[in-house]
Parts: sequence; C-alpha cells; structure tokens
Amino acid sequence: MYVAVKGGDAAISNAHKLLADRRRGDRSVPALRIDQIVEQLALGVDRVMAEGSLYDRELAALAIAQSRGDLIEAVFLVRAYRTTLPRFGYTNAIDTGAMLVERRVSATYKDLPGGQLLGPTFDYTHRLLDPEIAAGSPVDEPEQRDVEEGRMPRVSEILAHEGLIEGDGDMPLDHVTGDLTREPLDFPIERDLRLQALARGDEGFLLALGYSTQRGYGRNHPFVGEIRIGEVELELDVPELPFAVPLGRIRVTECQMVTQFKGSAKVPPQFTRGYGLVFGQSERKAMSMSLCDRALRAREFGEDVVAPAQDEEFVISHSDNVQATGFVEHLKLPHYVDFQAELDLIRRMRAEHDARRTDHVEQQREAAE
Amino acid sequence: MNIADYNFAYLDEQTKRMIRRAILKGIAIPGYQVPFASREMPMPYGWGTGGVQITASIIGPDDVLKVIDQGADDTTNAVSIRAFFKKVADVAVTTETAKATIIQTRHRIPEYPLRAGQTLVYQVPIPEPLRFLEPRETETRKMHALEEYGLMHVKLYEDIAKHGRIATTYAYPVKVEGRYVMDPSPTPKFDNPKMHMSPALQLFGAGREKRIYAVPPFTEVVSLDFEDHPFEIQTFDQPCALCGAENVYLDEVILDDKGGHMFVCSDTDHCEKRQAEGHRGHLAPEAMEPAE
Repeated sequence: MYVAVKGGDAAISNAHKLLADRRRGDRSVPALRIDQIVEQLALGVDRVMAEGSLYDRELAALAIAQSRGDLIEAVFLVRAYRTTLPRFGYTNAIDTGAMLVERRVSATYKDLPGGQLLGPTFDYTHRLLDPEIAAGSPVDEPEQRDVEEGRMPRVSEILAHEGLIEGDGDMPLDHVTGDLTREPLDFPIERDLRLQALARGDEGFLLALGYSTQRGYGRNHPFVGEIRIGEVELELDVPELPFAVPLGRIRVTECQMVTQFKGSAKVPPQFTRGYGLVFGQSERKAMSMSLCDRALRAREFGEDVVAPAQDEEFVISHSDNVQATGFVEHLKLPHYVDFQAELDLIRRMRAEHDARRTDHVEQQREAAE
Repeated sequence: MNIADYNFAYLDEQTKRMIRRAILKGIAIPGYQVPFASREMPMPYGWGTGGVQITASIIGPDDVLKVIDQGADDTTNAVSIRAFFKKVADVAVTTETAKATIIQTRHRIPEYPLRAGQTLVYQVPIPEPLRFLEPRETETRKMHALEEYGLMHVKLYEDIAKHGRIATTYAYPVKVEGRYVMDPSPTPKFDNPKMHMSPALQLFGAGREKRIYAVPPFTEVVSLDFEDHPFEIQTFDQPCALCGAENVYLDEVILDDKGGHMFVCSDTDHCEKRQAEGHRGHLAPEAMEPAE
C-alpha cells in the first residue's frame, strides 16, 4: 500500500554521510592536504578564486577538496562564504604597469620595451602524457632572471602616444564605481559593472561567446595587444593616513585585446580595446573576457547589435555559473504539484479530442448509411 | 583559515536591513517587483534562496517556522531549509499551519485558511510574469510602468483559440490591487483564490533574479480571465484516498506499473489533521487490509 513519503530527514543525513565517504575515497590512500592542492593544482585554485571572487588560495583549495574537484561547486562554496564577510572598504585601482611580470607576450609587435617573456606556459608543450609525472620523478629548478627595476609599459600606452588607439576612457566625475555584489543589476549597465560580471563569469561560457565573435557572430578583428601575468600591489586609502596603505600582493592575468574601429564623424579611425582581468593565472579566461568586453561595447560605438556576444542582457544575465547551475539543477527538485496541474489539463484535452473523433466517425457512418 | 561564527539567521544585520527595506517597499506597492541586492546563500539558486533571504530577514527568536515544498513538510528541500533555520536561528519549527507565524513555501498555499499575523513566504524562480512573452528586463520594466499588459491578454486569448481554454495551469498570472500583473510563483492555479483578500501577509522572494514583491493583507488579487472564459480552478473527480477531503489539491500517486493510481492530499499537514479527527478515505490504512 501507499505510505506517505516520510523520512526526508534521515535520507538527507545518510546522503551526507555517503557523500563524505565518497569524497574521502579509499582510506588506504593518503588524504589530500590543502597545501598540496594549493601548490600542485594551482590553476584550478586560480579558477575558483576568480569565479568565486575571493582571493584566498587556501580557502579555494579547501573548497576544491570539499567539492571533490567539482570546480563550479567549489566556486559556490567560496561565494557563499565571501558574501558573509564584512566590507571594510575598496582598494585603489591596481596598477598593472607596475606589475612584477612573470609572463608577458604581445602578438602585435615582434619586440617591445620590456621584451617578450614566455613564463610558465603550456603554449609550446607537446601534449604527450608524461609517465615521469606518474612516477613522481624529481623536477629540475627553473632558470631565473634578475628582477628588473621599473615599470614595464603596457602596449596600450605605447600605441597611445600616436593616438592610434583609444585611451583608457573616463567615467563621469560623479560616477561611483558599482559593486554587483551589493546592488542589483539594472540594465543597461555601465562598463565597470560589466567588467565585474565578466571577471566572475563562467570561463566556459565566456570562452564560447568569445569564440563565436571570431566565427562571425559579432566579429571585431581582434589582436592580442598584450597578455601579462604577475603580481601587483594592493593599496587601501585609510581616512586618517596621508598615504595609501599597502595590503599585500595578488597575482593577476591581464589581457588587452586590440580591435578595429572605423571611426566616426567625431572620432578619427583608431583601434579600440577589449579588456580582461582575472585573479591568478588564466589566459583563456582573460582573453575570452576581453573579446566579450569589446563585443558588449557595440552600443557605445554605435555598432549594430546582431550577435549573442553583443547582447548585454543575454551575456551578463547568463554568465554566472553559480546562478546557472543552481537554476538548471533545481529541475531535479520535486515539481509534482505543477506536473499534476498539467496532467489534469492534458487528460481533459485528450478526452475532448477523443470525443470529437468519435462524433466525427459516427457522423461519417450515418452519412454512409 | 579562521571561519567565523555566523550571525543570527545567517545574514548580517546590514543585509537584513537592506532586505527589509525592499520588503517594505514591496508592501507599499503591492505586486511591484523591487530589485534587491540578493546574496549568495549556502544553498543553490533555484532551491529557494529568495524565500530563505526573506525568512532570514524577518524571523525573530519567538517565531514559529513551517516550511513546505509541494504542500508537504517532509519533502527533502523543506526538511533541509527547516534544518537550516533550526541551526542558524534556533527557532521553534512546526508542521501545523495554524501554529506557524512564518510559513515558507514552494509551489503551494496551505489548505487551512491563514489568519492575520501570519506571513507566507514564497520561493519564486522567475518573478516576471511577462518573461516568457518578452525575455528582456528593459522591455518588461517598461511594460509594467505603462501598465501595458495587452501582450498577456493576447497570450491567454491565443490559448483559447488553440486549445479551447486558457492552458496555464500553474504560475497563473494575477492582477494585484487593480494595478500590477504579478506571478504568483509556480503554485497551481487552484491556489490563486486563496491569495485574494488573505488576512496574512504574503512575501515573494526571487534570489537569483534579485527581486522581492509583496501582497499585503486584505489586498485584491484577481486571476486574469475573459468574461466568456472566466477563471476556473482545477477540480478533482474523487476525494483524497486517505482522509476523504474534497475541494483540496491532490497529488496523484502511482501504485503499480499497470496504471493503478490514487489521489492524496498535497497538503500533508491538512491530511494528517483530518485523519486524526477521524476522517477516512477509501484507501486509508484502517479501511484496507493490514499492511505487512
């Protein structure tokens, strides 16, 4: 017989126990330590920090361990913690020109002041599985260069001298930089909020959209002006002190995408830019972000909005993977009340449909007789 | 790594104040969707984060909380949300509609009539009733501002032209206090009349979409319809198989793989209460062979 579905409590508690067991796996295999994840799965940690919008390697690594390596789940854990943190204030804008650069490449110039630095990149590796890693073979110390003093000018600054590339642009004087974690988005939005949304947006989603612009859906003829990865100093203005207080360093990836623009009656022809900035090391994300940023500036340049990547509401409303995964996965929650309502309607419509058909057949028979 | 304690009811007080302001604005403009700075919550979007944020912002130590999902107190998500508030707010919880001061719900309104002083908190997935007619927020906002609801009436009319009836069975649009068209959340239209002139305060929270709206007590809530196609609620051919209740919303339960099924109350509290009072349906335990 039917017994009302009881025992949600016990079921949830047992499911959590089983999850904890599966997360730990075979007890004879040593448990992963957080520092191992920080050191050896560093790019996964970077992604969780970037999309979780919280720069803390240890918390990100803990989230990765807790989520069994499901990075979107890890991002979610970090976000749910971040949102409870008190807000002291906002740091000054970072100066990527003063970055301690580990990698810096430009695709638009063969050489440029500061040089091209490959840094720790997969770019020219052959993707052959390496049994040495499985064997745990020792790894040589890398070559090191002396730290160079002074700034490494950004490509955008170099081109700016000729006026061939647009400047960084200004917001109106009374513009207060938005914070999408403290105010609801109100479309249309300004570029500051757009960049915030893209910076925490899903890497895969932005990658696909950036890719779509290259394949003709909102094409903007991009060149990588520059990608740089390294550490920058964070500074906070404290009202009582006459100088900005340094808080420490964070590692970021910056991408300046240089794109074409025909010019208008007011502006002579010049290159425009798309911008990407991401916590940690993630060129794929920074490049995708810069392509999307440029595509989303269509309105600003008076371009026709014809492709998904140029559509602000479409891109920004769907770029957050914590929101997306929540809403997609909520479909597995019970919906039987609504389904019952639909079932009832379908049954009634079917009954009417069948009745009409029977009538029709009888009428035909009568006509034949 | 020093993970601090969480505040009473999880949210910090500044956030609660921000949400309460949005709630007050919502109450002042019945049916109007108030944008609010929704927070990430420790449960996923789509699991009721909007409702949880509202409950967290209005709940006090003396409140008695009831949480239902599909009308039932014991569905897993209702259990989980109730456990969350027990943990972070240490409040009394109940399954009895009459005893609760706050009822958080997903997809149903309790059968037992609500009274003044109670608050019903709805979890809302898509707060915009016009969303499936117009995907753009910038457009739908204008339509609400201009009270331009023709598109919705055209949609309902097209239903009638195609299917002979309005084919919306849940999340059936309502007009609140003669002004805003509002989504009642995906409750079956069976529950729509309960919203009209309800003595209880009704609050709606959509976390992912960052919207809060409200229906204050004793507010007009009218389901959209046409003179020649008046609004109708679902009716069931048989009473609840367990408690014999009529004129309540029923769930269909599949009994075997040969098409056997039974209908039972969706509102489990209501059903259990009636059984305790001695009401029996045709498949109630006493009326059947003893189960093994």
